[in-house]
Amino acid sequence: MNPDLTEREFAPTPAYLVGREKVREFARAVLATSPLHHDPAAAQAAGYADVVAPPTFPIVIAEATLQQLLAEPDAGIDFSRVVHGDQRFTYTRPIVAGDELTATLRVTSIKTLGGNSMVASESTMVDADGAHVVTSVSTLVVRGDDS
Amino acid sequence: MSLAENLGLEVGQVVAEQTFALSRDTLVRYAGASGDFNPIHYRDDVAATVGLPGVLAHGMLTMGVAVQPVVDWLDGRGWVSDYQVRFTRPVVVDPQSGAEVTVTATVGVIDDAGARIDLTAVYEGQTVLGKAQVRISAH
Repeated sequence: MNPDLTEREFAPTPAYLVGREKVREFARAVLATSPLHHDPAAAQAAGYADVVAPPTFPIVIAEATLQQLLAEPDAGIDFSRVVHGDQRFTYTRPIVAGDELTATLRVTSIKTLGGNSMVASESTMVDADGAHVVTSVSTLVVRGDDS
Repeated sequence: MSLAENLGLEVGQVVAEQTFALSRDTLVRYAGASGDFNPIHYRDDVAATVGLPGVLAHGMLTMGVAVQPVVDWLDGRGWVSDYQVRFTRPVVVDPQSGAEVTVTATVGVIDDAGARIDLTAVYEGQTVLGKAQVRISAH
């Protein structure tokens, strides 16, 4: 792992348009049956413009920032040795279908522990008005050759 | 009235408990929906090559499933404003029998902002998530 990645700022990702069918597809994939995720009328009755994304939906958008990190020429990350260490989502408001979200990645720390590297990063996601929606914070563990 | 008062919450109260059956089909569906196509989640040969005990559920699948009992219980009376987990043990999904994960959601903290719901997720008698905390807030 290259420690120079720490505090490196990445370019914002292209805007991700949250589609109603994508929300439904993701909800089915995490076995989420709440009508808020599937039925626009139920979501509107609860005060939302359209179906509400499940709490872990931002990982779909964070995937684009992960690709940025893996593609960094000097990162030296072998994806087959990557394990997810921890994950957190901190919201200002729920994501609903129709949102256009842009994510900006920042690597916050890189630590080496017993041959493994721990890469901590955060992706800040804002809507089309530039208002904060959610921040995804995660640690990836890159396992060393002997572990 | 606070959210906790509205919902009649007490610290230590179990608000939801549910068992989820994960199969290889579940993993393939999650790979497609999430965009995480790491082959350790669907190929036994690749999993074996990198030293894993078998094909694993995506950590994010376990995290995503584990919060659903809270969402169902809330039923729009509040919302999940923060959610965090540590991935402490892998969930090995057998090609034939799959895997079962049992989630229990307990009230951990009550405060002015809402409440913290603590999750346990158990697979084969052991917890697979650590510090699994859901912050619920009023609208």
